[in-house]
Amino acid sequence: MKGNERGTYKHRLPVRLAHWLNVICFFILLGSGLNIFNAHPKLYWGQISTFETPAFALRAKYGAHKDLVGYVQIGEKEYITTGVLGVSNDAMGKPIAVGFPGWSTIPGERNLADARLWHFFFAWIFVINGLLFFLWAWRSKHYSRDLHPTGTDWRGIFKSIWDHMRFKHPEGETAARYNILQKLAYVSVIYVFLPGLVLMGLCMSPHMGSVLGWLIDLAGGRQSARTLHFIFAGLMVAFIAIHLFMVLVSGPINQIRSMITGRFRIHEPAFASETPLEEKHHVEQ
Amino acid sequence: MSNNNRRRFLGQALAVGGVALLAGCDRLNGNETFKQVLASSDKLTDKTFHALTPEAALAQEFTEADLSPYFKANGSVNPKTPEYLALLNNNFADYRLKVYGLVEIPLSLSLEQLRSLPSRTQITRHDCVEGWSCIGKWKGAPMGALLNQAKPKANAKYVVFHCADSYENNDERYYESIYLHEAHHPQSILAYDMNDKILDVAHGAPIRVRLERKLGYKMAKYILGLELVESLDDIGKGKGGYWEDHHGYHWHAGI
Repeated sequence: MKGNERGTYKHRLPVRLAHWLNVICFFILLGSGLNIFNAHPKLYWGQISTFETPAFALRAKYGAHKDLVGYVQIGEKEYITTGVLGVSNDAMGKPIAVGFPGWSTIPGERNLADARLWHFFFAWIFVINGLLFFLWAWRSKHYSRDLHPTGTDWRGIFKSIWDHMRFKHPEGETAARYNILQKLAYVSVIYVFLPGLVLMGLCMSPHMGSVLGWLIDLAGGRQSARTLHFIFAGLMVAFIAIHLFMVLVSGPINQIRSMITGRFRIHEPAFASETPLEEKHHVEQ
Repeated sequence: MSNNNRRRFLGQALAVGGVALLAGCDRLNGNETFKQVLASSDKLTDKTFHALTPEAALAQEFTEADLSPYFKANGSVNPKTPEYLALLNNNFADYRLKVYGLVEIPLSLSLEQLRSLPSRTQITRHDCVEGWSCIGKWKGAPMGALLNQAKPKANAKYVVFHCADSYENNDERYYESIYLHEAHHPQSILAYDMNDKILDVAHGAPIRVRLERKLGYKMAKYILGLELVESLDDIGKGKGGYWEDHHGYHWHAGI
């Protein structure tokens, strides 16, 4: 590749701190959350549990040869998932009936009490970190300047989708800014997925339920809130998978370094005329 | 390294790192000091939740149409302790609820006396720590009014529930505790009826507590006594409840 290389300051310190704290918290909240889920690996819609007719469940049954068969139940459909969901090996390598496998949970063994200790300790750090970030991002105009999609962003959405499909990544100055799909992803996470995750968690609290009755009703009941908590967590996992994939395909060293030190290396294309001038102007608005 | 190799390497590093982190968490989980640090957030939860909600804010209440067709019974469902079997064999004719500890007037009440007190009926949702919920209808004597009769001393801070069952069939009896002010919550009742019937053994006969802003394990069943204390240090191992002492559950139990 020809062209000039130069450094720029991409991520400010509060962004980097909040990002890595979030990484730690989410990792632990997810692992401990899966362990908590394993205490009753079924989801329902409404206020109450119907037990035998869940909307979603990770279950186990005996197969033809008295072997344990794990399966996912969605509505009335069953999907065999032995080895991963419903039935998986314990630390000794023996198949046991358990919702999510031990290698995905914190702690590895099914332990509701310990998982709850982890979950609610890191939930506090996660929430405090989130609130501080929210305040900072609002005061410092990080939201309005860097994250909220502009009219130009929206007009460029089809081109951006087409570029993403071809794994063509912006170069030069544009690489140091968020593109429209990135902005939409981050905005969804910051305004929808994470607040939804926390609020649905609070709706499960019998104590907070005494003031959040309206929100529980809006969610469709306490068991619906639990199911939505799980769905928001799933959306976050999908976001993180795509996020990591994008880091890997768009110059991972440069990307990771910029989230640690803030410095991002920009590669100026040799033929600047590739980007139409007007577009450049809009980008720099 | 070519770009592809570098990506593959980073991808694998990520997976290996994830597994190593989980293993690290497992090792930390074996460290008692670390677990005490984790458990310390329970106090923050307790203080914050009490600050965020009015002291008398009611848990959601429902209608007869919302009642669970099947209300799961959990924990002890069929106590085998001698004292419980003796009471059960006599259909609880000899049952006395004792109120003692830091009170001016210790009380001893028969079921008949409890039933003759003013009562509260509530249709509420029971949330188990495991994640499931059931809706039931409860009738019982408000705990606050009963404790007022006993005239709590000024230094009484907690109410301890002493039970007739032994959850894991050992010598210990189930116990739980709440703040004294939580006993005065309008929905804190000593329930003797469930779904318009006399409370059955599986659900805590003859008396269980209903604390609608707490998880199920707080709502002790087979209640024999209410003890008012200043500190929980001398109750069990000092954490205020059977699950708290034996399995590390949170004392606050409001989430």
